[in-house]
Amino acid sequence: MKKSWIIIGIIVVVLIIAYSSIKGTYNNMVTLDEGVTGQWAQVENVYQRRADLIPNLVATVKGYATHEKETLESVIEARSKATSVTIDPSNLNAASIQQFQAAQDGLSSALSKLMVVVERYPDLKANQNFLELQTQLERTENRIAVERRNFNTGAQNYNTYIRTFPKNIYASMFGFEKKAYFKSQEGAETAPKVEF
Amino acid sequence: MHKINLISIIFLLSFGSLWSQDFPEKPNPPRLVNDYVGLLTSQQQKALERKLVALSDTNGTQIAIVIVESIHGYDIVDYSQRLAQKWNIGQKKDDNGAIIVLKPKTSEGKGEVNIDVGYGLEPYIPDITSKRIIENEMIPNFKQGNYYGGLDAATNVMIDLVSGHFTPDQYNKGAGGRSPLGFLVPFIIMIIVISMIFRRGNGNHTMGGRNHSSSLWTALLLGSMMGGRGGSSFGNFSGGSGSFGGGGGGFGGFGGGSFGGGGASGSW
Repeated sequence: MKKSWIIIGIIVVVLIIAYSSIKGTYNNMVTLDEGVTGQWAQVENVYQRRADLIPNLVATVKGYATHEKETLESVIEARSKATSVTIDPSNLNAASIQQFQAAQDGLSSALSKLMVVVERYPDLKANQNFLELQTQLERTENRIAVERRNFNTGAQNYNTYIRTFPKNIYASMFGFEKKAYFKSQEGAETAPKVEF
Repeated sequence: MHKINLISIIFLLSFGSLWSQDFPEKPNPPRLVNDYVGLLTSQQQKALERKLVALSDTNGTQIAIVIVESIHGYDIVDYSQRLAQKWNIGQKKDDNGAIIVLKPKTSEGKGEVNIDVGYGLEPYIPDITSKRIIENEMIPNFKQGNYYGGLDAATNVMIDLVSGHFTPDQYNKGAGGRSPLGFLVPFIIMIIVISMIFRRGNGNHTMGGRNHSSSLWTALLLGSMMGGRGGSSFGNFSGGSGSFGGGGGGFGGFGGGSFGGGGASGSW
């Protein structure tokens, strides 16, 4: 009689310990997961910020660079492609991030082509409105770099957390999946080429 | 174009290892003005420090100045963002920090400067305004070797912006932005004080003390409304934050602010 009470007591204690450890781990996973989601929102924000600058930029360039219709059109097209790709933040897997990144990189390269073309128009380069847009654009690219880095750090923390033993068991139990990272731009490993 | 390409280098760098020895450690004891080159005299450093500590005490905004010899191959924009984030300038709750990183011009390399503002300060100091501060206040002074003058003028504008003395638009429109009357305030106060002393010295045949003090209060109020240098230091004085006491101390340390990459940079 006494013995069985002790056994029940031990089981209860073990259950309590197991419960609190699972609860703590689970809650930490939720917190980290939400953190990554929040950082993803920041990434989308800064990309949106860049997209928002483009109509104004195109309009300004149009006034001066009348022969660059094609370049301008490709920027507009790349912008609409980039803004059409959105990701459900609960599904940040490699494929979806790659798709998002490809669309945004398309816009990046269209923009850098535009900036090369602009070099040919000294009047445009002296235009106050254009200079301001250029400042904003440069800094927005910097914001993008910062937020992507923050996202990667957050995703890495989360991934490390859910993939170490014994948390990986709970993670698979509750369906926490590994998050994908931003990869450095293709070709960025080689020195950038300056075209004239 | 060059800048856009630099951004792709930043992407690359962000995946490389971060050499922590490239970035100075958080100053201990905490300081806002960190001159690792010896560009400023100790008096100039103290003057800037006092002004910035007063801002931190009254408004919570922390503006740090870092003068370095080398940015170790980083783009200055990337370098300052990482440094600001490492030091966590500003308060955690408000992200109200800013950093000015200055690499003086040498025989080997051009001078570079960058302003980075924390998330919370972006509405007060938008990118374009940072750019204007660099182009109007800093570079003309820096070109003449007047590093203190450039930093002093730039921080004055930043202080006025974050304290709401004028809006970014007002600064953007007028090159100076600062009310010209602001410069007169210290003189007016001096004249009032001198005349008071003079009158007192002449005996009590003029107005009573009450009127003297009210005219001084008017001057003080006027000063804080003008938002000039005299104004902000008087505002601090009445706040009793005690930054005037003690030998150079008073700054409590950085509070955990975050930076999203807003600001501007320039070179000469």
